[in-house]
Amino acid sequence: MNNWKNFTKGFIKENPVFVLVLGMCPTLGVTTSAINGLGMGLATTFVLLGSNVVISLVKNFIPNKVRIPAFIVIIASFVTIIDLSMAAYVPDLYKSLGLFIPLIVVNCIVLGRAEAFASKNTILSSAIDGLGMGLGFTFALTLLGSVRELLGAYSLFGHKFISTDGILVFVLAPGAFLGLAYLIAIMKRINK
Amino acid sequence: MAKKESTFLNMTFTLFVVTAISALALASVYNLTKEPIENVKKQNLQNAIGVVVPDAKKGNFDDFEQINVKSSDGIGDITMYKVVVDNDFKGMAVKTFTMKGFGGMISVMVGFTPDGTIIDSDVLEHKETPGLGDKTSKNVSSWNEQFKGKNPAQFKLVVKKDGGDVDAITAATISSRAYCDALKRAYDTYMNYISANGQNSIENNVEPKDGGNK
Amino acid sequence: MAQNKLIVSLSPHDHAKDSVSKIMFGVVIAMIPALLVSVYFFGLDAIRVNLIAIAACIFFEWIIQKFLLKGEVTITDGSAIVTGMLLAFNVPSNLPWWIIVIGAIVSIGVGKMSFGGLGNNPFNPALVGRVFLLISFPVQMTSWPKVQVLNFAMTDAQTGATPLAIVKEGIKNGESFSSIINNLPTSYSDMFFGQMGGSLGEISAIALIIGGLYMLYRKIITWHIPVSIIATVAIFTGILYGINPDKYADPLFHLLTGGLMLGAIFMATDMVTSPMTSKGMIIYGVGIGVITVLIRVWGAYPEGVSFAILIMNAFTPLINYYIKPKRFGEIVKK
Repeated sequence: MNNWKNFTKGFIKENPVFVLVLGMCPTLGVTTSAINGLGMGLATTFVLLGSNVVISLVKNFIPNKVRIPAFIVIIASFVTIIDLSMAAYVPDLYKSLGLFIPLIVVNCIVLGRAEAFASKNTILSSAIDGLGMGLGFTFALTLLGSVRELLGAYSLFGHKFISTDGILVFVLAPGAFLGLAYLIAIMKRINK
Repeated sequence: MAKKESTFLNMTFTLFVVTAISALALASVYNLTKEPIENVKKQNLQNAIGVVVPDAKKGNFDDFEQINVKSSDGIGDITMYKVVVDNDFKGMAVKTFTMKGFGGMISVMVGFTPDGTIIDSDVLEHKETPGLGDKTSKNVSSWNEQFKGKNPAQFKLVVKKDGGDVDAITAATISSRAYCDALKRAYDTYMNYISANGQNSIENNVEPKDGGNK
Repeated sequence: MAQNKLIVSLSPHDHAKDSVSKIMFGVVIAMIPALLVSVYFFGLDAIRVNLIAIAACIFFEWIIQKFLLKGEVTITDGSAIVTGMLLAFNVPSNLPWWIIVIGAIVSIGVGKMSFGGLGNNPFNPALVGRVFLLISFPVQMTSWPKVQVLNFAMTDAQTGATPLAIVKEGIKNGESFSSIINNLPTSYSDMFFGQMGGSLGEISAIALIIGGLYMLYRKIITWHIPVSIIATVAIFTGILYGINPDKYADPLFHLLTGGLMLGAIFMATDMVTSPMTSKGMIIYGVGIGVITVLIRVWGAYPEGVSFAILIMNAFTPLINYYIKPKRFGEIVKK
C-alpha cells in the first residue's frame, strides 16, 4: 500500500466514525459545537500518532501475552500528556471537553489502530496511518459538530448568524444521534 | 527481528520498563505544566471575582483574604473573598452553590457591598440544559443582570410565580429557582458572618494581610 | 423490489373493501368534531395551524418521494393528511408557521420516509414531529393561548398554563390538590367540552370520543387500545388518589386533561405502529397508561402521553414477536 493511499483512507473510505463506526462515545458526547469537535479530534490525533509510532517502535520487544497492558500504558501516557497540556495552555477548550479527554484512553480507535496496524507495520507507515486516521476522526467530529452547532444554535465556530435560540434538540443528546445517522447515510451514498 | 517470547521474566521485565519510562515521561510533563495550570486556575478565580466585584481589578488579588465558612443551612462549604483595595473595603465575593439545578449542582459567584446589596453575580459551573437553564450565565443571556444593585433584604429572591420579585427564565423555572437559592444561601451566609464577627470585621481593620490563609 | 410482487401467505384469505386511502379518510372524518371544537375555542388560528401542517406534510412527502427516493409518489393515499392533522392537533394554536413547517419536515422526513415510508415506520410520525418540537422549542411549545369562545379576530391571545401544569406546579409547592382544583378557572365539565388551555386538538374529550366511536363503527380501530390505556390511567391514578388525595390528582382529572384522549384514541391506535393481536394491544395499552402516569406524576414534564406512546411504539415489534395469533388449524395447548 503506498503512503498516500495509506494516509487518505482515514477520511472517506475507512473513516473511523462514518464507516468503521468506532469511538462513538466522544463522537456523540462532545460534538455540541464545531470547535469542540475540532479540539477533541486533534487531541485524539496527537494520541493516535504518538501511540502508533511508539508501539510500532517497540513492537518487537513486547511479548505477545502482555501486549495489551503495555499498549494501554503507552496510550494512557500520551492521553495524560495531552490532558495536562490542554489544561495548562487551552483552558477554555479543556473546560468544555471536560471528562472526555481522559476518556480517549478507552477510545476504540486508538487501541484498534495499535492492535490492527501499528503492531504489524513499520514506523513510517504506522505514523502515516495514525495521522490519517486521526485527521479522519477530526474531520468527522468537526463536521458533526458544525452541523449540530449550525442547527442547534444557528452559529458556526462561535459566530452567531441568527440571534435567537436554535433547534435545541441538536445540542442535546438526541440531536447527536440524529445528526450522526444522517451523516452516515450521506457517506454511504458517497462511498457507493 | 523475532518477537520476544512470553516467558515470565520477559513479561515482568517488559512491563516494568514500559511503566517506568511512561512514569518518567509523565513526571516531567507534570512538572512542566504544573505552573501554567495553577496560573490558569488563579486567573479563572480572579476573573470571576472581577466580574462580581469590578473594583477588584484595581487591586492585587494576592492581598484578598479568603474566608472559608459553612453555608447558612449547613449543607456545604462557602468561600468568601474579601476585596480590599488601598485599605478600602470594596465588597465581598462569595462563591456559593445550589443543589436544586435541573442538572444538579450550580456553582455561583456573587459580590456584595458591606450592607448586603448584590453588586453582580454569575454562574461558575453548571450542567443546565443548553438554550434553557444555561441562560443563567452571563455569557449566554443578560438574565442575571436583574439582580444587580438589589438588596435581598427588600428584594425577595424568589421567582414571581412563587410570590417573589424575580423574573424567571421562560420554560426554565427550575434553573431560575436554583439560581435564587444559590444567591439566598450566599446572602444568608454573608449576613451570618457579619453578625458573628461584627460590622467592624469588614469595614475597619483592613490592613493588607500577609497572604491571608491561602 | 421484484421479490415483493409475489406474496405468499397462509389461508384463509380474507378480502375486505378497505384500502389505505379509505382508512385514512375515515380517520380524517373522525377528527372533524375535535377540529370544530378547536375552531370554536381558538378561532381561525386553529384552521391556520391545520392548513400549514397538512400542506407542509404533503409537500415534503411529495419532494422526498419524487426527488430523493425517485420512486412512486403516494401523496393521494391520505396518510400525509392524517399526519399533518395529528401534528396540528398536538401543538398550541399560536405556534409560528416556521415551527410547524419544521415539525412537518421531521414528521415526514425523519419519522416516516427515513424508515421507508408508510408501513415501515416504527414510530408514529406525527408524534416524532411533536416531541422533536417540544424538545427543540420548549418556550413556544408550552405557551398555550387562553381559550376564547368564537373569537375570530387574529389578535394575540393571552397565554397560560395547562391544568396539568398548574396542578403539578401547585402540588410541588406543597398545596393540596383540592385547593388547587378549586382555584382553577375550569370546571370538570369545561374540561369535558374543551374549555381549557392545551394543544389545539386535545382539549375536548367529548369531540374526541365521538370521533373514536365513529372509527369503531367503521372498524378502523378496535376497542382494545383506547380502553386499556384509559382504564390503566384511571386505575393507577385512582390508587394514588386513594393513598393521598392531597398529593395526587383524582382519576377524572387525569382522564380529562392533557393529551390522554387524543393519544389513546387517535395516536396510539395508528395501525402501523401498534401491535396486531388483541392481547398484544392490551399489553401495549397498559404500558402506555403506566408510563403516562409515571411521567405525569413523577417526571420533569407535566404531560407524558406522547412520550409514553413513542416508548411503547418501540416495544411493538417485541410484543408482536412474543404474542402471535394462533395459526389456522393449530391445536391450542391445554
